Amino acid sequence: MPEATKTINIIIIGSGPAGYTAGIYAGRAQLKPLLFTGEEPGGQLSWTTEVENYPGFPDGVQGPELMNKFRDQAEKFGAEIVDAKVEKVDFSARPFKIWSSGKEYQSRAVIIVTGASANWLGLENEKRLKGRGVSSCATCDGFFFRGKDVVVVGGGDVALEDAITLAKVAKSVKIIHRRDCLRASEFMQKRARENEKISFVWNSEVIDVLGDQKVAGVRVKNNQTSEETEIKCDGVFVAIGHHPNTEMFKGQIDLEDRFGYIVLHGGSRTSVEGVFAAGDVADFKYRQAVTAAGMGCMAALDAEKWLESQN
Amino acid sequence: MPEIILTDKNFENEVIKSAIPVLVDFWAPWCGPCQIQGPIIDELAKEAATAKIGKLNVDENQATASKFGVMSIPTLMIFKNGSVFEQMVGVQQKNALKKKMEEAAK
Ligand SMILES: Cc1cc2nc3c(=O)[nH]c(=O)nc-3n(C[C@H](O)[C@H](O)[C@H](O)COP(=O)(O)OP(=O)(O)OC[C@H]3O[C@@H](n4cnc5c(N)ncnc54)[C@H](O)[C@@H]3O)c2cc1C
Repeated sequence: MPEATKTINIIIIGSGPAGYTAGIYAGRAQLKPLLFTGEEPGGQLSWTTEVENYPGFPDGVQGPELMNKFRDQAEKFGAEIVDAKVEKVDFSARPFKIWSSGKEYQSRAVIIVTGASANWLGLENEKRLKGRGVSSCATCDGFFFRGKDVVVVGGGDVALEDAITLAKVAKSVKIIHRRDCLRASEFMQKRARENEKISFVWNSEVIDVLGDQKVAGVRVKNNQTSEETEIKCDGVFVAIGHHPNTEMFKGQIDLEDRFGYIVLHGGSRTSVEGVFAAGDVADFKYRQAVTAAGMGCMAALDAEKWLESQN
Repeated sequence: MPEIILTDKNFENEVIKSAIPVLVDFWAPWCGPCQIQGPIIDELAKEAATAKIGKLNVDENQATASKFGVMSIPTLMIFKNGSVFEQMVGVQQKNALKKKMEEAAK
């Protein structure tokens, strides 16, 4: 591990498609980047199985396998990878300061690629029953609900995909959605509607998860009538979107007001000179592995140019 | 210690009756995050020479998985003196696991 006092050229915070791609480019540019993986090495794709739309893999590829290849490629070109999370940053003066596992690092440039994480409902009992029937990964945990009743909370593509995945094993799948129509694409809606096991609970919000040792049901409130009802179920799958991982950067760089995405200027520059960002942490529109990778490349090239200009 | 492949058959002997704490990784081949957890467990097994570490494929060993109420994978459990000392849901980092194992060994 590098000495804490030595100034590093580039620190990359995050190890999704954007992070590793930045690592590959910065590594090839002989910048000896230091990359922190965070708690989710490989990023969001580690949570999925088959990725069918990443170019170069006509037969599809497993998400974790793809991300391991990204990592190998970054390491091959000299990126140093630290399996730890960054806890704090200080961008107020150069070199920038970064803290991880209690150690201080100094870097001339920083690339933020902390991506996005799944939202939870934020209920006490949801947290308590995580792993006891509450889940956010239908492909991982559907197996445990063979012949059982489950609910999916959400109304986007991910929620419907989860519902369809779960319907393969579960007895019934109820989709609980806050509105009276879906945000999901027409294609996914059609597939869900045609599935006999899937039904919809409209205009309803989950206000509590019930169960002692494991999930027994959910309490929902109809937001039109305020009526509260209980739905019996063994599993609760939460698919209510994502939020950018920008908590740590509040007050340091400009974030967009509504959800806190990083605001970019001309390519990958943030509001602080020398700090760049890429991928889902700054992109609420495309949110794809291939676009994140592309943005990671842009950030590394921009950072390289900027570092040269500082010499 | 090399990691042990745990099954419904050997679980009692290898884990429940073990004289030292055992870290068990409940996993399945179709689970993405489990494939991230796997290599972390491999490395831990290599580094921690005295720790006992095992993997249980929940698909092939449903009795044990259901006995301990596993409903989400990866789940990691540390067993001490025949009962669950610690349970963790979701991918866990090597250092965090090391610490927990050290606590269990006390
Ligand atoms: C279930 C699922 C299926 C998907 N399927 C597809 C698909 O088929 N095709 C496709 O193109 N896209 C798919 N996506 C979207 C795709 O995964 C994302 O667009 C992409 O991963 C974004 O990459 P990223 O590098 O910006 O960030 P992420 O992949 O979100 O990675 C963020 C990284 O930052 C790290 N991090 C966060 N905080 C810190 C910190 N404090 N310190 C250090 N590191 C930190 C995390 O550990 C993680 O490694 C899917 C997403 C999900 C959730």
